[in-house]
Amino acid sequence: MRGLFAFLAGSLFGTGLLISGMTDTTRVQGWLDVFGNWDPTLAFVMGGAILPMLVAWRLTRNRAPLVVDRFPAPPRAELDRRLIVGSVLFGVGWGLAGLCPGPAMASLSYGGVGGIVFLIAMIAGMFAAPKLGAQLDRVANAA
Amino acid sequence: MNVEWLWGLAGGLLIGLGAAVYLLCNGRIMGASGILGGLVERNDRSATTERLAFVAGLIGVPFLLRPLIAPQAQTHLTGDMAIVILAGLLVGVGTRIANGCTSGHGVCGISRFSLRGIVATVFYILAGGLTVALFRHALGVI
Repeated sequence: MRGLFAFLAGSLFGTGLLISGMTDTTRVQGWLDVFGNWDPTLAFVMGGAILPMLVAWRLTRNRAPLVVDRFPAPPRAELDRRLIVGSVLFGVGWGLAGLCPGPAMASLSYGGVGGIVFLIAMIAGMFAAPKLGAQLDRVANAA
Repeated sequence: MNVEWLWGLAGGLLIGLGAAVYLLCNGRIMGASGILGGLVERNDRSATTERLAFVAGLIGVPFLLRPLIAPQAQTHLTGDMAIVILAGLLVGVGTRIANGCTSGHGVCGISRFSLRGIVATVFYILAGGLTVALFRHALGVI
């Protein structure tokens, strides 16, 4: 059952990304491009996606998930170097290409060679991340 | 009339619905980088089937539906492979070090008022905006 619901979630996610235009890098870069011809679409996508999740988080109170024992732990409160540095690195890559992990996967079948190259590079980056993260901690502790 | 924002809103609702299904049924946060990164790192083997099923839906359903509902959809990704590779590496490393991306920190984090999700989102949007400003308007390479 977990697999079935996960497939359903991935299908909804992919269909949403497709029809919202968020697999089009010009739209994403257009939203980030406040000094150019600004494209507001991404804000509507983000807002539209947050709405059902506001309801969903409310429904998690005093309840258990359908097919497993418990919901995710409450979010941690503390901010750390990893969160900031990682988000900045991600943002630079996102700005450069206009793709983030969800759309990179959703557009794989129509993104051409470039899309496949991006996905492979992204997976390579994910492979390297644990070591680079540990390095970041060491540098931070030494400073 | 420009209806692009309506498609954005409709697509966004579907994305949020997917995240809600993943949360309410499987008890998990729908983060694209966490799901793919979890497969890459092979942490928590019990989640492997679930993660593969998610990725199969995410890649396979747009493949099947695009000819029917959005045949004009294209990625318009830059043909500059150096940029593509650099961007892919940064997105992969950054999202895993930060433990989340636009779906996990953005959609799922903001909707539960998580400080970490909100702060991460502010930083990747600022970094993305500055990157486009610098590389498009100052350097003219993207």
